Amino acid sequence: MAEVTQVMPLAMETRQHVLKQMMEIRAAEERIQGLFLENLIRGTTHLCIGQEACSAGVAAILEPGDTVTCTYRGHGHAIAMGMSLKAMIAEMMGKASGACKGKGGSMHMTDASLGLLGANAIVGAQLPIAVGAALTAQVKKTRSIAVTFFGEGASNIGAFHEALNLAAVWKLPVLFICENNRYGEYSPMHTTTPVANIADRAASYGMPGIIVDGQDVETVYHEVRAAADRARNGEGPVLIELKTYRFRGHSRTDQAPYRPEGELEEWLKRDPIVILKARMIADGQIDETEYEELRGAIERNIHDVVEWAKAEPFPALETLYQDIYYEG
Amino acid sequence: MTYREAATKALVDAMRADENVVLFGEDVGIAGGVFKVTPGLYEEFGGSRVRDTPISEQAFIGAALGAAITGLRPIAELMFADFIPVAMDQIVNQIAKYRYMSGGQFVVPLTIRAAQGAGAGFGTQHSQCAESWLMNIPGLRIVVPGTVADMYGLLRSAIEENNPVIVLEHKVLYNFAEDVPDQLTHVPIGKAIVRRVGKDVTVVATQLVMQRSLEAAEILAQEGIDVEVIDLRTMAPLDEGTILTSLAKTHRLIVVEEAPHAGGWGGDIVSMAADKGIYWLDAPVKRVNMGGALVAYSPPLEDEVVPNVKRISQAIRDLMSE
Repeated sequence: MAEVTQVMPLAMETRQHVLKQMMEIRAAEERIQGLFLENLIRGTTHLCIGQEACSAGVAAILEPGDTVTCTYRGHGHAIAMGMSLKAMIAEMMGKASGACKGKGGSMHMTDASLGLLGANAIVGAQLPIAVGAALTAQVKKTRSIAVTFFGEGASNIGAFHEALNLAAVWKLPVLFICENNRYGEYSPMHTTTPVANIADRAASYGMPGIIVDGQDVETVYHEVRAAADRARNGEGPVLIELKTYRFRGHSRTDQAPYRPEGELEEWLKRDPIVILKARMIADGQIDETEYEELRGAIERNIHDVVEWAKAEPFPALETLYQDIYYEG
Repeated sequence: MTYREAATKALVDAMRADENVVLFGEDVGIAGGVFKVTPGLYEEFGGSRVRDTPISEQAFIGAALGAAITGLRPIAELMFADFIPVAMDQIVNQIAKYRYMSGGQFVVPLTIRAAQGAGAGFGTQHSQCAESWLMNIPGLRIVVPGTVADMYGLLRSAIEENNPVIVLEHKVLYNFAEDVPDQLTHVPIGKAIVRRVGKDVTVVATQLVMQRSLEAAEILAQEGIDVEVIDLRTMAPLDEGTILTSLAKTHRLIVVEEAPHAGGWGGDIVSMAADKGIYWLDAPVKRVNMGGALVAYSPPLEDEVVPNVKRISQAIRDLMSE
């Protein structure tokens, strides 16, 4: 039984929503790993197990018109934004009915209709793109914001610094959300990064940098909400560092042998799903039976989606030459 | 009107026609641009639509993409085309692929302007031509205006195009003046043009070396050689038909390019001629270009590296004697 920690609680409906989302992300990622090992998903996959509160907490504050760019560890962001699980799984399996018609794959989850402007396979490249989306919001005075997710490793690439600087000088409504999961690929952060907190880097760009417990979805929600309100009011960008942990390896079959002994076990005690569940049980909002029923329903749905996707056709070969240019 | 004035007029007319058109780049606002293409725009359209950027090519080229897929029609000025590699990830991996890898979810109506070419004494890192670097990237349109009317017309078309367009302006041509019609018009992307009709040999060229090829043609006319000069105007997509039609008539082909030989765009023209026009050819196909050299600073070295009238003329004479 996890210790029940106290923060300002979200409304019960919001708690139920983000709990279910985190459970869906967890269950989908577990199944995706299986599909990869069965060779039904090719290339590589990057799982966000352990980081679900980041996706669910941020997505819960978004409003219609807001946009998100994210990383190749982006399945959680996509699910939290409401992307169709069918479109996602079919995309990863390279099927014609995938979100990107099978042209994107695991690292390029995109749903323009939801404002999900794309997961990116180039570290840091999604930050300048979000700056551009925020520029549109500013020029058109929409009060929308752009959110961009990235890892702590991306804070060492030039695009990060250029994007924060540009967003700050133009005072754009963009939230730079760093999911600091402590490892850039296989390298622990302290071997690549000379500052203890990525949020410290905000000072160089004259914007607030805040550190948030990324395992606590309610804290994530409150802190990101406050930054978003600020951005919508024209007060400019914020760098938000969500301290989190990748329960799995970097990708594919990486077993993460580079982790110090006991580190994973310590972080497993701070499982974001367990933390919220414990609070909801303490507040009488869910019980173990209901939780297990919910989990069963989620897993059955994912099973059904996977079976459906397996039967879906691959794209016709002539589609290789389509969508390179807009014709018209 | 000069080539520079035509570029300015295209920008002004485009911004007056569509409030979604925005312009940004280093010093394009209050300073009016390093090449003085954007004077008066900040004053007319204001600081929301005309913005100076930090020296951050990755950021503002990436921002052009983000703006384009969310409802603006941005124009990003990259100043010297030699700076394109600084933003190459955004151009190669993002802008060119964003529509494709999303399965067609996005339209990417953005324009990147850059000044390219040798001949102004800027040295090795400020004098290159970029089209050959970019032609290996499906997803981009690339235009290379070589006349005043084309500078206007291609830039207008680029800004209205619903795909990413790289507009490579030749910096030596900025002061080039021509009489133009009162009503300048759009020039379609993807169409080459025969600048000089001739019957003996086809020269395919662009921009500065296209102008020099026209000069060479006048000299050779005195010697009884009738040269047809084709200005490609668009590098992607290439207009093969105009070249093949000319080749069917002249039976000889020379490609004049301001680029190093290896991987240069002239190779694509030669390949296309060998594939689709070989039975019309009466002589080998020749390329006049920079060989394996780089652009040097010293005036006589810089004058030598880019094909000049003398080199172009001699190459044509040599081919006619084959």
